[in-house]
Amino acid sequence: MNDTILSTEGLKAFYVLEVYGEQKVVKAVNEVELDIRENEIYGIAGESGCGKSTLLKALAAVIEPPLRLISGKVIYHVDDKTVDVSTLDSETLRRLRWDFISYVPQGSMSVLNPVKRLKDTYQDFIISHLEGKSREEAFTLARQHIAELGLPPQVMDSYPHQLSGGMRQRVTIALAALLEPNIIIADEPTTALDVVVQRGVVQLLRDIQQKLNNTIILVTHDMGVHANVADRIGIMYAGKMVEEASSEVIFGEPLHPYTQYLINSLPVFGDKSPRESVPGSPPSLIDLPTGCAFHPRCPYVMDICKTKTPDYITARPNHKVACWLIEEDGDGKSA
Amino acid sequence: MEKVLNVEHLSKVYSIGSITSRVRITAVDDISFTIRPGEIFALAGESGCGKTTTAKMVLGFEKPTAGTIEHKGQVSGENDKVWLTEGVQAIFQDPFGTFNPLRTVDRYFFETVQNYNLADNKEGAIELIDQKLRSVGLTYKEFAGKYPSEFSGGQLQRISIARALLTDPTLLIADEPVSMVDASLRMSIVNLFNKLRTELGMSVLYITHDLATAYYVCDRIAIMFRGNIVEMGSVEEVLMHPKHPYTQLLRESIPEADPARRWVGRVNLNETEEEEYLRKGCKFAGRCPVAMDVCKQKPPADIAVGDVLVKCYQFAEDMVPEHA
Repeated sequence: MNDTILSTEGLKAFYVLEVYGEQKVVKAVNEVELDIRENEIYGIAGESGCGKSTLLKALAAVIEPPLRLISGKVIYHVDDKTVDVSTLDSETLRRLRWDFISYVPQGSMSVLNPVKRLKDTYQDFIISHLEGKSREEAFTLARQHIAELGLPPQVMDSYPHQLSGGMRQRVTIALAALLEPNIIIADEPTTALDVVVQRGVVQLLRDIQQKLNNTIILVTHDMGVHANVADRIGIMYAGKMVEEASSEVIFGEPLHPYTQYLINSLPVFGDKSPRESVPGSPPSLIDLPTGCAFHPRCPYVMDICKTKTPDYITARPNHKVACWLIEEDGDGKSA
Repeated sequence: MEKVLNVEHLSKVYSIGSITSRVRITAVDDISFTIRPGEIFALAGESGCGKTTTAKMVLGFEKPTAGTIEHKGQVSGENDKVWLTEGVQAIFQDPFGTFNPLRTVDRYFFETVQNYNLADNKEGAIELIDQKLRSVGLTYKEFAGKYPSEFSGGQLQRISIARALLTDPTLLIADEPVSMVDASLRMSIVNLFNKLRTELGMSVLYITHDLATAYYVCDRIAIMFRGNIVEMGSVEEVLMHPKHPYTQLLRESIPEADPARRWVGRVNLNETEEEEYLRKGCKFAGRCPVAMDVCKQKPPADIAVGDVLVKCYQFAEDMVPEHA
């Protein structure tokens, strides 16, 4: 097994809002335990509003009010040393960013400066992060990088509006990979793209991972994309991780009822048998159900589910799940 | 045979660019299709293929450059208001954009009832609204007086379907109805189309880029590419045995939820939309793995292969395939 590169311990990050003098707390990330390894593509899946994007913000250390880190830690494993991200000053964080961890936020096709050609954006980026490079050196490096990733070199002379959404998305991902970071975090990189373009973006992510042997943390709600690229998948529900295993196990033998619904509701070519959505609607993160947050929608609900939150346990080797139906054991008994 | 919708030789040309460098783009290029009673028909393709333009013309929001649209024997354009009241209703992509966030959702329902004179008094209106809401799995009680922000995307999309049902339409036009709804709730919308078809005999024009749900719910499908319908037939034939190289590419590019069947091979993405629209011959020739010389010179005709119409020279009888 590879070494851990990023981990969290009981991570809690809430949005604390004042609405008409009344305090509202959105429990977006609620005691999340993660252990992400070197050289893997880790997928995070879940419905919209389950806290996926907030989790990524916490992992990338871009916590800004009203989002607050309530408790727990995000730990980076930089060169055999472990650092607790919340203790770092802004200058150290700035150095770690792009070099150790880079973050491609949602809708990142709109992050490029509209009045600058891409080569200028690239040059600015290189000069501010790699000291002592001249503009010419920066330009050569940028061109080389673009060409290595199989993007057409003429994009460097274009303004962002001249490129399609898919091309902008790929250019942004390429920019995030420029300094060969150990971790790349990508939030919904394929959403709102056409299937063929989506395949191009996934292809690029895979190429980058194979070239750098680094870690990619990929968030998307599209289970098909996860099946195609992720080595391991974590399923998130109402701010918590509810299941984690290798892609084969998540798609082949999911344990949590929510995961089972997610997988079974996907339409499959060549099979027109009726499929059902998860019943009900996702819970509000302001007013979570007691006990297991999934219990109002769960077909196997028991009394204990309504009062006590299940622990996130290792049910089988390399397979974690939080559900009262599943017992902790190496031999994989389930009640 | 009775037809709910009959579209013939429909075209739409847009001019883009400045006065000095004007480019004419044929967004919809001579397409014909029909929808039968109780049929769910998919119009599928990527963004910029002309599927939404087609929907806008069917709904009367855009004037066709050429061609006719006929609903139950009535040609559109002569009396659009009647045409829409008589039974064509639409739902759109963004359920949050459909409703004004500062108005309660029920006001839209009462307005529709009033505009079309569907009830005599308030009690009658509530009864009608409740009945339509129940057919999409909601009730009047849980919906009255609420703002759009109090519903989830999936619920709002079902509410907009219920609103469309108020006039008892024979044809529902659904433009990308699930693309902004969570994957976990998508099936509830798609299953609803099936239910409405079975229970009310309603036809649905399902416009989508999501071929997996199209396969699941539709009877027939038309694949559009740069304004043309390149392949049309039953979903079973078109999606399980795709003939046109573009359909094959689309079908291959859909990520399957099975880690054992990952993508192999690479895609070529470098041509821009505009270049493809302005191609003389087959619009797909620039990316096509089996393109011949003739493909780049003259657009292919619709060729019937069994029950499927394919716009590709590979299937022309008088053509001897010769590779360029």
